Amino acid sequence: MTADILISVRGLHTAFGKHVIHDGLDLDIRRGEILGLVGGSGTGKTVLMNAILGLQKYDGGEILFDGKHIDKLNSAERHRLESRWGVLFQNGALFTSLTVLENVMAPLREHVDMPLALMEEIAGMKLGLAGLDPSVADRFPSELSGGMRKRVALARALALDPDILFLDEPTAGLDPIGANAFDALILELSRALDLTVLMITHDLDSLFAICDRIAVLADKRVAAVAPVEALMRNPHPWIQEYFHGPRGRTAAGGKGS
Amino acid sequence: MRGQTESLPTSTGVVLRDQSGKTVVEAHGDWTVETVGRFDAAIRNVEASVEPENIVIDLDHLGRIDTAGAYLLGRTMRRCGVPDADFHYIGHHPVARRLIEEVRRRSQICPPEQPAGFGIGKALARIGSGLEAAYVETVDTLGFFGQTLTTGMRALVKPSSFRLTSTIWAMEEVGVNAMPIVAVLSFFIGAVVAYMGATLLTSLGLSVFSVELVGVSVLREFGVLITAIMLAGRSDSAFTASIGAMKMQQEIDAMRVLGLDPFEVLVLPRVVACVLMAPLLTFAAMISGIFGGMLVTWSATDISPAMFIARFHAEVDWTHFWVGMSKAPIFGLIIAIIGCRQGMKVGGDVESLGRRVTASVVQSIFIVIVVEALFAMMYMELDI
Repeated sequence: MTADILISVRGLHTAFGKHVIHDGLDLDIRRGEILGLVGGSGTGKTVLMNAILGLQKYDGGEILFDGKHIDKLNSAERHRLESRWGVLFQNGALFTSLTVLENVMAPLREHVDMPLALMEEIAGMKLGLAGLDPSVADRFPSELSGGMRKRVALARALALDPDILFLDEPTAGLDPIGANAFDALILELSRALDLTVLMITHDLDSLFAICDRIAVLADKRVAAVAPVEALMRNPHPWIQEYFHGPRGRTAAGGKGS
Repeated sequence: MRGQTESLPTSTGVVLRDQSGKTVVEAHGDWTVETVGRFDAAIRNVEASVEPENIVIDLDHLGRIDTAGAYLLGRTMRRCGVPDADFHYIGHHPVARRLIEEVRRRSQICPPEQPAGFGIGKALARIGSGLEAAYVETVDTLGFFGQTLTTGMRALVKPSSFRLTSTIWAMEEVGVNAMPIVAVLSFFIGAVVAYMGATLLTSLGLSVFSVELVGVSVLREFGVLITAIMLAGRSDSAFTASIGAMKMQQEIDAMRVLGLDPFEVLVLPRVVACVLMAPLLTFAAMISGIFGGMLVTWSATDISPAMFIARFHAEVDWTHFWVGMSKAPIFGLIIAIIGCRQGMKVGGDVESLGRRVTASVVQSIFIVIVVEALFAMMYMELDI
C-alpha cells in the first residue's frame, strides 16, 4: 500500500507567530487519485499546499515526495521535481508582463528543449485543452476576465504534462457551465495521463463529481480522509454541517439521480 | 503510460515504412513533452510530403505518451476528412488514441502571427502618437491639478473633511525621514562648489569671493534643487507606488463606491505635506550646504569659519535666501501632483505600476528643472 503514496505529510506544524495553523497534521496523497481538500476559511488549506510546494516554511514535521524529503533535495533534484508538478494558484498568478501564449510557454522554455515553433503550437494546444479560444493567445492577462485567467493558469499548470497537479479553488469564479467543463477536463486528464490531483475546492459539485477522496481540515489537522459517500456518514459536526446543509444536499441529490 | 518504463529505443522516435500505398508512421519510445522536440522536424517532413489521407500511425512501439506527444501525432491527421477513422491507426496502446482524439477535439492550431510592418509611415505614426500622448499627458496633469485645487478649496470651506492624521503621517514620510539624506547631499554639493570656486578664485587672488559663491549658489539654486530632486526620487516614487498598488487592488474603486473621495483621502494630504515640508527641507539643505562650503573653504584657502560667517553676514543678501525659499513650495506642489496623478493612472497589471513609477520620477525631475529655469529668467528680469 505504501508504494501507492506519492506525497506524504507527517506531523506538519505551521504557525504564524502565535497563531497555530496546523498542529500535527498527517496527509497521504495516493498516486493517480484526485484528492479534494476542504475546510472552513482560515483552516490553512492554501498554507498546506504552499508547504508541500516549498513556498511556506513550516515549523515541524516532514513532507515526503516519492519517499524523499522535499527539503533535502539538491538543486538538480528540486529542478526535476518542479517539472513534475503543475500549480494553479487561487488568483491565477499569471505573469502580467507576458502574453497569454508566453505565459503558457514559460515552463516549457525553462524545462524543455524543443523548437520554438513547436513550443508555440504546444502552448496553443494547452490553451485549447483548458477550453480557451486561440484568439486570446496574444492578449495580456490584464485584458482577460477572471474565468479566462483561471483557464490560462490551468493551461500553464498543464504545460509540462505534470504527474501531479495542485489546484487552489479551480472552479471558484467560473460560471456553472464552465465549472462543469473544467471538472470534466480535470477528470479526463487525470485518467488519461494518470495524473495525481490535489484540489482545494468549495465547489460541492466538483467534490461529488470528480474527487476520489476528500480530506477535511478541521481542528488544525486532517479530521477525516475518505470517499465522499463515507465522509457523509462521518459524525464530525463540521462535516455534517458541510455535507448536509442545503447546498450539500442539492449537490448530493444531483449526483444520486 | 506514465509509470511504465519498458526500454524501447528512444533515439530514433519516428520510423517510416510503406504499406500498400499508405505511409505508416511508427512512433517509437516515449512521446512526452521532454522528448517530442526531437521528432518535430521528422513529423513536419511527413506532413509536407504525404497526402494526409494516406497517413497511418503505428502505436505498437509507443512508450509513454502525454498531451504534447499526442498533439504531435495528431497534427498529421488534422487535414484529413475523418481524422478519427480506424484506418489511420494500427497497433495497440492503452491511452494514445483516446489522448490524440481528446487533444485534437479540444485544440486547434494557432493562426500564425502577422508580421510587423516597417517603413517611414510607421515611424511618422509613432512620432505622431508620441506627440499626442505628450499633449494628452499635459492636459490631464493640469486637469488633475485643478481637481486637487478644488478639493483643497472644499477642505478650506469645510475643514472637518481635511484628513489631518494622513497629512501628519505624510509630512513625517516626506519631510522628517528625508531630512538626513537631503542634508548630506547638500553638504557635498556645497563642498564641491567651494572647491571649484576656491581653486579658480585663489588663482585670481580673489579667494574671499568663494564665500559669496557658496552663499549665493546654495541659497538661490542648489538648496532648493537638491531638495526637489530628492523629493522626486524618494517621495514621488513612493506616492505613485502606494497609490498605484491601491489602484491595482481596487481599493480606490472601493473608496469611490463608499462615497470617499480619493482626492480628499489620498491626494490632498500628500500634496499639503509636500508643500509644507519642501521649504523646511530646503532650509535644512541650505544650512548644510553652506556648512559644507565653509569647511572646504577653510581647508582649501585661509578663510577661517569666523571670517566666513562675518563675510557671509556682510555680503550675502537676504534676498538670495528668499529667492530660494520662494521656489520650494512650488516644487513641492509639482512633485506631489505628478506623483499622485501617476499613481491614479496605474492599470490592472504590475507592468503598468513600474512604468508609472518611472514616469512619475522622470516627469517631476524634468518639470522641476524647467520651472527652475523659468524662475531664474523671471528673477533676472525682475533684478532680484
